[in-house]
Amino acid sequence: MTTSPSTTRAGGVHLDPPGPEPVGLGRFGDFGGMYVPETLVPALEDLTVEFRTAWHDTAFRTEFAELLGSYAGRPSPVTECHRLSAHLGIRVLLKREDLNHTGSHKINNVLGQALLTRRMGKKRVIAETGAGQHGVATATVAALFGLECRVYMGSVDVERQALNVFRMRLLGAEVVPVTSGSATLKDAVNDALRHWVASVETTHYILGSVVGPHPFPWMVREFCRVVGDEAREQCRLILDGRDPDVVVACVGGGSNAIGTFTGFVDTDARLIGVEAGGQGLESGRHGAALSRGVPGILHGARSYFMQDEHGQILEAHSISAGLDYPGVGPEHASLKASGRAEYSHATDEMALVGVRLLARLEGIMPALEPAHAIGWLADAVGRADGVAVGSTVLITLSGRGDKDAEQLAERYAGAFGLEPVERDERPR
Amino acid sequence: MKLEAHLRQARASGRKLLVPYVTGGLGGVWMEAIEAVAEAGADAVEVGIPFSDPVMDGPTIQEASLRALDVGATPAGINADLATLRIGIPLLVMTYCNPVAHMGFERFATLLVEAGVDGAIVPDLPLDELDPWSDAAGAVGLETVLLAAPTTPDDRLRRICERSQGFVYGVSLLGVTGERLALSSQALEMARRLKRTTDKPAVLGVGISNAEQAVEACSAADGVVIGSAVVRCLLSGGGAEAAGAYVATIRQALTDAGASADAVAG
Ligand SMILES: Cc1ncc(COP(=O)(O)O)c(C=O)c1O
Repeated sequence: MTTSPSTTRAGGVHLDPPGPEPVGLGRFGDFGGMYVPETLVPALEDLTVEFRTAWHDTAFRTEFAELLGSYAGRPSPVTECHRLSAHLGIRVLLKREDLNHTGSHKINNVLGQALLTRRMGKKRVIAETGAGQHGVATATVAALFGLECRVYMGSVDVERQALNVFRMRLLGAEVVPVTSGSATLKDAVNDALRHWVASVETTHYILGSVVGPHPFPWMVREFCRVVGDEAREQCRLILDGRDPDVVVACVGGGSNAIGTFTGFVDTDARLIGVEAGGQGLESGRHGAALSRGVPGILHGARSYFMQDEHGQILEAHSISAGLDYPGVGPEHASLKASGRAEYSHATDEMALVGVRLLARLEGIMPALEPAHAIGWLADAVGRADGVAVGSTVLITLSGRGDKDAEQLAERYAGAFGLEPVERDERPR
Repeated sequence: MKLEAHLRQARASGRKLLVPYVTGGLGGVWMEAIEAVAEAGADAVEVGIPFSDPVMDGPTIQEASLRALDVGATPAGINADLATLRIGIPLLVMTYCNPVAHMGFERFATLLVEAGVDGAIVPDLPLDELDPWSDAAGAVGLETVLLAAPTTPDDRLRRICERSQGFVYGVSLLGVTGERLALSSQALEMARRLKRTTDKPAVLGVGISNAEQAVEACSAADGVVIGSAVVRCLLSGGGAEAAGAYVATIRQALTDAGASADAVAG
């Protein structure tokens, strides 16, 4: 049954009414679209209709809200960071997506898509993953809903994030290492799309960010916007009805950032997305698609992509596997074009500063992805194009650092003044 | 309408259409391979302009694309070489949206036409996103071949057949390019649906690997595209000669099948 819900409340979770749909075939300004092989078009058209209907169906929304509460642990709190604030000379609030079940904002999207998979009568899901967070989240909901699950992961990332590979397998998912191309996230998306072309009649593809063909950028935004909608109300409680001056989030594909921004797009807050600066934009080894890419078409959508002068997609580079993607969601491209959001970047080194600051001053170990947002902020306070001293800043802490502990211990211990921990080389 | 006219004429003469695919820029061999497969009885040759992220392609064409890119293949370079070919049959280019959009639709279409290319296939540009490209291609007389898939519903199939130029490319299976052990169970139904919907040449491709499968496909379709099997000949070092010989065996099988069908009918 379709109604026009206003707000939905269940399990202590509050969902704002559905947001605006992109125009036509998934257009956000000049960006978006459905650039896919013909085989997939009918499935994407069905998915569009199915999502639109579900998203206006009170029963679906209530079940989604109930799961976000009882299963994922929402609402996630907003934490005021007193010591970090004193250190930086601004007021810092953190939206704590790190406290969700499975440790990141990714659970919001996958719960929504798993409900939709069941509603469409499909019994099997596939996903791509970079850091493994989306893969773990997908494997988790697949177990919860009794769905067969296969996760595509670049073989380089399988190596970098071995613990998450084990987690996915423990949860019952099949992990397929992808060796094509650069063997990282973009290639995992390629192989997931190729497999979906062959299995589309029985399988739903749970895409992990606000990228890909219509309706994914819209649908994933809607499933992630609970982050920003909650944070807005929580900030108003803390700030006596005011909104923060600045809202900051890291941008890989852009799902935690768009989920956050959507809650504040109608306020006066500045919205700032922080991309992976890798070893510096001049080095060419980065993941800053909005800062250094140009418009192009990949993975089903028109957006910004890192590419060479002939339109070949370039490899991204980042200390964090979750930001290691040479593109960005089309709605971010549109927000950049309209000027409503600003996009900057933080290098690998700045991300490590972010980890250290939050760990030492607040006792919170962030994932490397949102550590970029913290590191950017630490560098930006007082800068002309940065953040004024005395500002109030909300940062989305999209995930916790457990998944990165091994990598930090082996390769970056020096950044914390520590001795590296040697990897156990015993034969298995 | 050179591509479509040529294929219609070949079909009218009782011939089954054979369209081999060669990855453009594939180190040293690709130009000779085009000549060899043309010589071996092709009715048109499909040339891939490689892209870094070919989502409609399986392992063989992925590898060929990356090898070509590694030795510096570019759209401009490939077209400059194509312009020197004199093979007497139409050429069509298969590539992905991004290299085309990056150069600009008008410039890309013009580049192809100036190189003597007659048609283009851009598999990640479905009907719904087609207009800007088809306007640019149409303006310079380039024919755009559209794909139809087993998942395409009938009303959409009708619109695809109306807008496809040169021929209609029926995808023979659910999946990406690459050799298969047998013809897909969906192939013949795909071809029959196309034949019921249009009188444009109906050509099956994706996953058609050898003479036996080509003959079976052509029991319902007007012709076949053979991609990965030809490219494999080149990747495994057999050179243009091996590719030509492979295509010749398929042409021979199609001719023999046609002759025995005629004998039965006669
Ligand atoms: C904790 C965390 N934050 C951010 C990201 C980046 O994704 P997005 O930009 O879609 O939020 C990831 C991706 O794996 C992640 O695991």
